[in-house]
Amino acid sequence: MTLLADLATPIVMGILLGGLYTVIALGLSLVFGVVKEINIAHGDLVILGSYFGYVAMTVIGIDPILSLIVGMPLLFGIGFAIQKYLLNRAFKISMNATLIVAFGISIILQNTYQLIWTPYARGLTTPYALESFSAGPIHIPLVYLLDFFVAIVVMVFLREFLKRTYLGRAIRAAAQDRKTAHLMGINTDRVYAFTFAIAMALAAIAGVFLGLTFSFTPVSGMSFLIIALGIVVLGGMGSIVGTFVGGVAFGLAQTLGGYFFGVAAQMLVAYIMVLVVLAVIPRGIFGR
Amino acid sequence: MASSQKMPEETLLKVSHIDVFHGSFQALWDVSLTIRPGEIVAIIGANGSGKSTLLDTISGLVHPAKGSIEFEGKDISALEPFHIVDLGISQVPEGRRVFPDLTVLENLIIGSYNRKARSKREQNLQRAYHLFPVLKERKSQLAKTLSGGEQQMLSLGRGLMSDPKLILLDEMSLGLAPILINELYRILREIRDRGITILFVEQNVRRSLTEADRAYIMEVGRVVLSGDVAKLREEERVKKAYFGA
Ligand SMILES: Nc1ncnc2c1ncn2[C@@H]1O[C@H](COP(=O)(O)OP(=O)(O)OP(=O)(O)O)[C@@H](O)[C@H]1O
Ligand SMILES: [Mg+2]
Repeated sequence: MTLLADLATPIVMGILLGGLYTVIALGLSLVFGVVKEINIAHGDLVILGSYFGYVAMTVIGIDPILSLIVGMPLLFGIGFAIQKYLLNRAFKISMNATLIVAFGISIILQNTYQLIWTPYARGLTTPYALESFSAGPIHIPLVYLLDFFVAIVVMVFLREFLKRTYLGRAIRAAAQDRKTAHLMGINTDRVYAFTFAIAMALAAIAGVFLGLTFSFTPVSGMSFLIIALGIVVLGGMGSIVGTFVGGVAFGLAQTLGGYFFGVAAQMLVAYIMVLVVLAVIPRGIFGR
Repeated sequence: MASSQKMPEETLLKVSHIDVFHGSFQALWDVSLTIRPGEIVAIIGANGSGKSTLLDTISGLVHPAKGSIEFEGKDISALEPFHIVDLGISQVPEGRRVFPDLTVLENLIIGSYNRKARSKREQNLQRAYHLFPVLKERKSQLAKTLSGGEQQMLSLGRGLMSDPKLILLDEMSLGLAPILINELYRILREIRDRGITILFVEQNVRRSLTEADRAYIMEVGRVVLSGDVAKLREEERVKKAYFGA
């Protein structure tokens, strides 16, 4: 009984943390599933969202969540340009070329962050980020609840967008069959640019909530990329529900791993889980 | 030279002397073809003779290295596929190629993606449902759950959703039961009667030479014979090669 009571907090925290991981991984999963690119700059672009929130908060003095009104369109535009001017062109050379371009973007971003914001850790420490919440034996920071709520909202919006709009349907069609999408009159280069742009708008959201939840440094993008890759592998690429299940599984493996084996083993446990799932279901939980 | 005295709009599509490559492999050699509005034209040929390549070149998926393609008097040989769909050419690809994880209705709607077709979407959807009532019954089902015949109807219905003037059909009868093939060809005539010009690829020579007005016969990347089907049916070479006479 006491074990169960002790476990309540890591379980709830793991699930809620899964919400944040879902938002971080959704953009990667979308680009992976539709454009078939592994965007290894994804983590660094999420961190760009974090630094944007940091600047909004410390320089201009507005709430980082509110700053998303500007942050999302900004990253949307950057994402559109990256796909249109760099990745679509690289793709015409080869898939490996897109990897190299993304790698280049990653390095440029990390170095830029170091130059502007120094290697020290930053955080979006708003007053509400420090609040916490208790229910019986469970003690959780308020931002974890916020993370989970945002994940639900983002997933519902993304799903409805993909289902109900012409662009959303075109994105799904292009993901399933590129050649036939051409025959339907779909300009796939444009669709890919929009897909990457949407992924970056999601990264802006992810970045702000990441910054509210954890501290970050110029190189944090790499750790979150690795988490997001694990989630996409777990959930099967390009599926929203799969990403969510993968995110929650990852969050749980991490908090429970931390509970049983100590903080140092958190990621180890999470990654052993990824490998086990891969060995049993090679396409991921929700893969086609 | 009666044909040269006709108005230019008497030719809907004019493919002139095209060479087409897949990488370094030449798939089409000096291929020419014309289609007049309202015609049903067949392309006949064995596996690998370049029929799909010809349709893909018209659709802009591949571009000719030499020669030109004119649609309604405009050179389209360098245009991208989405541009060509906009102009009114739709392709129903070999192997049906429905989007498996989209519903039947979503597949049809995707067919009306180009701007001009969007405003006519309801009207064209009703036309598709009228021609293929089964699509209406199955509209909420995922396309991958349809039978082969139903998928072919969906693919054809989807092709009509772009509101085309010319529709290109690649081996639509492949793998289907004869009774269904008869039905599809009956619908094809109905589509033509509604003012849509048809270019179809077919392996079944007998079928092609009864359903089409004119036909082109291809062998290893070249057009070797063409003309009215009545004339082609009497050709010695055709009789020998295809009817075992
Ligand atoms: N992407 C490609 N790369 C290389 N060669 C190709 C490609 N597509 C087609 N070919 C070659 O071009 C030739 C013509 O192919 P095409 O598909 O046009 O023939 P087809 O008449 O449609 O055949 P089928 O009746 O089997 O559909 C074939 O020799 C084929 O191997
Ligand atoms: Mg073919």
